[in-house]
Amino acid sequence: MTEIQIVSSDLLEEVLSSAMKSGGSFAEIFVEDRRSTSAVLDDGLVEELNNGRDRGAGIRVVSGETTGFAHTADLSASGLHKAAEAASSAARSNSEAVVEVDLSNESTPNISEIEIFPKEVSKSRKVALLKSADESVRDAGLPVTQVAARYGDSHRVLQIANSEGLLTGDRQIRSSFSVSCVAAGDAGMQTGRESVGRTVGFELFEDTNVDEVALKAATRAVTKLDSVPAPSGEMPVVVGPGGGGVLFHEACGHGLEADLIEKSASVFAGKQGEMVAAPNVTLIDDGTMVGEWGRFAIDDEGNPAHQNVLIEDGVLTDYMWDWQRARKHGRLSSGNGRRQSYRHLPMVRMTNTFLAAGNGNPQEIIEDTEYGIYVAQLGGGQVNTATGDFVFGMTEAYLIENGKLAAPIRDGNLIGNGPQVLLDIDAIAGDFAMGSPGTCGKDGQGVPVGDGTPTLRVKRLTVGGTAT
Amino acid sequence: MSAELIEIAELVTSWSDSDEQVEAVVTSDRETEVRAYEGEIESLTVAESQGIGVRVIKDGRQGFAYAGTLEENELLEVLSEARDNASFASPDEFSGLAEPDGVESVSLDVYSDGVDSLATSEKIDYALELEKLTLAADKRISGIESSEYTDVVSESAIATSTGIRSSSKESGCCLMVYALAEEKGETQTGFGFSIGRNPDELDVVKAASDASDRATRMLGSTKPKSERLTVVLDPWVSAQFLQIVGSTLSAEMVLKGRSLFADRLGETVASPIISLVDDPTNPQAFTATETDGEGLATRRNVLIENGELKMFLHNVWTARKAASTSTGSAIRSYASTPGVGIQAISLKPGGRDPVDLIAGIDNGILVQSVTGLHSGVNPISGDFSTGAEGLRISNGELSEPLREFTIGSTIQKMLKDVSEVGSDLEWLPMSSAGSTVVINELTVSGA
Repeated sequence: MTEIQIVSSDLLEEVLSSAMKSGGSFAEIFVEDRRSTSAVLDDGLVEELNNGRDRGAGIRVVSGETTGFAHTADLSASGLHKAAEAASSAARSNSEAVVEVDLSNESTPNISEIEIFPKEVSKSRKVALLKSADESVRDAGLPVTQVAARYGDSHRVLQIANSEGLLTGDRQIRSSFSVSCVAAGDAGMQTGRESVGRTVGFELFEDTNVDEVALKAATRAVTKLDSVPAPSGEMPVVVGPGGGGVLFHEACGHGLEADLIEKSASVFAGKQGEMVAAPNVTLIDDGTMVGEWGRFAIDDEGNPAHQNVLIEDGVLTDYMWDWQRARKHGRLSSGNGRRQSYRHLPMVRMTNTFLAAGNGNPQEIIEDTEYGIYVAQLGGGQVNTATGDFVFGMTEAYLIENGKLAAPIRDGNLIGNGPQVLLDIDAIAGDFAMGSPGTCGKDGQGVPVGDGTPTLRVKRLTVGGTAT
Repeated sequence: MSAELIEIAELVTSWSDSDEQVEAVVTSDRETEVRAYEGEIESLTVAESQGIGVRVIKDGRQGFAYAGTLEENELLEVLSEARDNASFASPDEFSGLAEPDGVESVSLDVYSDGVDSLATSEKIDYALELEKLTLAADKRISGIESSEYTDVVSESAIATSTGIRSSSKESGCCLMVYALAEEKGETQTGFGFSIGRNPDELDVVKAASDASDRATRMLGSTKPKSERLTVVLDPWVSAQFLQIVGSTLSAEMVLKGRSLFADRLGETVASPIISLVDDPTNPQAFTATETDGEGLATRRNVLIENGELKMFLHNVWTARKAASTSTGSAIRSYASTPGVGIQAISLKPGGRDPVDLIAGIDNGILVQSVTGLHSGVNPISGDFSTGAEGLRISNGELSEPLREFTIGSTIQKMLKDVSEVGSDLEWLPMSSAGSTVVINELTVSGA
């Protein structure tokens, strides 16, 4: 555990005790040291390598229903005491208290094994990946006019301690690679993107061929040169394997976060134990999935990652919880308390959210659809949890005509209502796959999340195209 | 503090070797955020953060590094990382830092000491009052998702070994509330906000009533049928679309073959009533700034005039590559190299107010919010479709609420389909102003 000691446990004890002096009921210190590297190739040139370092601590003090929060980049004793004072004065209660915090019992989480630490890999090897991806597209003889490739890695070390005696830490290493291409044809330009990202070290590139990633992006752009405007209106929508995670993330994932439930800002409030989805729907959020983009040993409040079944055979079984919401309800956190950095307060967030495989046959699902669309790759999405209305983008999609895939269609959004869409899922196949790495935004904080689905069909969704 | 920041930036550039160019960007922010919930302080955040970004160019190769601290031993490490990174980049004859170009920066009064002098207890009162007024605004308001007061004082400085020196200090504060309205088991949401440079400019009554109005007027909403019809964008929505249009007019997009408008200079690309200006020297814009992300003076740039495409926005790199001059349009944070982008974009107002505009429409939809701009807009192909909510316009009047539909077109077609721009113009908490805009024809996808 010496690897994840940024601040000595003696100093943490001292700072927590002083944070509790003005009568808070809980104090926590979250220490983070993050190093990140990115390298970008665009227009044939390695434009830049960027190295960043962000290191600091966020301190929160809770008193009653009030949270005081302060953060600092100064990890010296005086810097931490100053932040503790600022946080505790924000959450001041009337009573003075003497609180001894004992951090002698350090807990050791299940930290991911890393084979090749990115910091030990030369920059030239990282740059070589970019050049290889670029060349593979340019040598393929495709009508691709532009290639941009990005390599990224991050090394995040956390140390978390609180007034209840918790002292723990984690080391989270993520590696990613993405390629975006522009293809040009008679009808203008089209774009294609492909990305991979895992909570692993540089060994990502032993399993992933960056040239294939690049060619996938290029093919996506080129295919769309022949695309037709997307249809407009309600119709069946089939989502391909790995493609549908964003749909569930938006249709119900956010709506199952306990902070929104508590404020009645979710259509799923008060629905625990009720049938909220078609009976073949089992939805799971799982921060323990080794290597996946939303994986960690502990969440950003020091609680171990969990596998949480949210919907089982159509029945809403549980919400996702962070420390604060769980405490209020007299239960344990589900390991979903996350934050973007030490500069942010934690809140309830998803990890890796996926729909369990069914027993349908993907080919038959398409053949069984007379007219509709097939979405092979989704873009991002957005939801209003209070109304349940959500949108998600399609970046690779095709018409389905007479049970067969037909012309590719142009980019756009689909719109639906979460509770309705969950009930309208009428087919789920057995071909489960994880999707692309994502960044989930909530209240201005971005965190890495993963998702996955098998092929599935929603019998009715509104496709926001322009063809009428 | 600004003096101190520029000294740190100068210190770093003073370490440059004779055969390299070095740029240091140093920032410091002080923030307060208060959230109220059910009459209590839900959370109070007080924070200070600093950062430095260093760019090194040697033999045409560019390297960059940053750190979220200004400790002196870290400064040396950032510079040496940036130097090391430069050695792995491709040589580019157009690489280079800004040099003084003789353009005087305007003098803007964008800092007011109100944010610094207001007691925390009064900041708390703003958030509590905002929640209270919103809850009281209408009996159908059932709750609040969030009610917050935020403020920030930001300072930054840029120095380069090529002679650039600039520093700035600005303040801003904002009230933001999300209200929940409920009737007959149906819930709808609406937001309200107020922004200023000084807390005394904040209008808590208006923020509360806007949130209440937006939420309650959506009660009873239905899904419209799919059709093509006239759509009116309210200022909040048109401002977001202007940002997308603005992104296509960056010379970086043009030079890298990603702009719809690459070969269209001097051509008609929009309806003749459209004049689009990016003017960060306008003190009314909340994003107004004296200097850009490379330390050059900002300037007023007319992008589209009476429908004709007049220019693209440049930073130093795009200007060199295009044999042109920077338009003072470098945008960046301390953690990134400068890109090119809009800073304060707006449409030239038309002659009629929004009520008049709507009175002239027999059948249409007023769109009051859009979702999925990041997922449903492709600024390279121009295709877009976004989720939308709004009100039906029937015989010149606003009527029933509508939701769960999308509006779609292409950026190219939409610019030509604009039939009127309202006389209203509102600067919003983004790098654009909104106006009421009438678009002859958009595709509405619904039932």
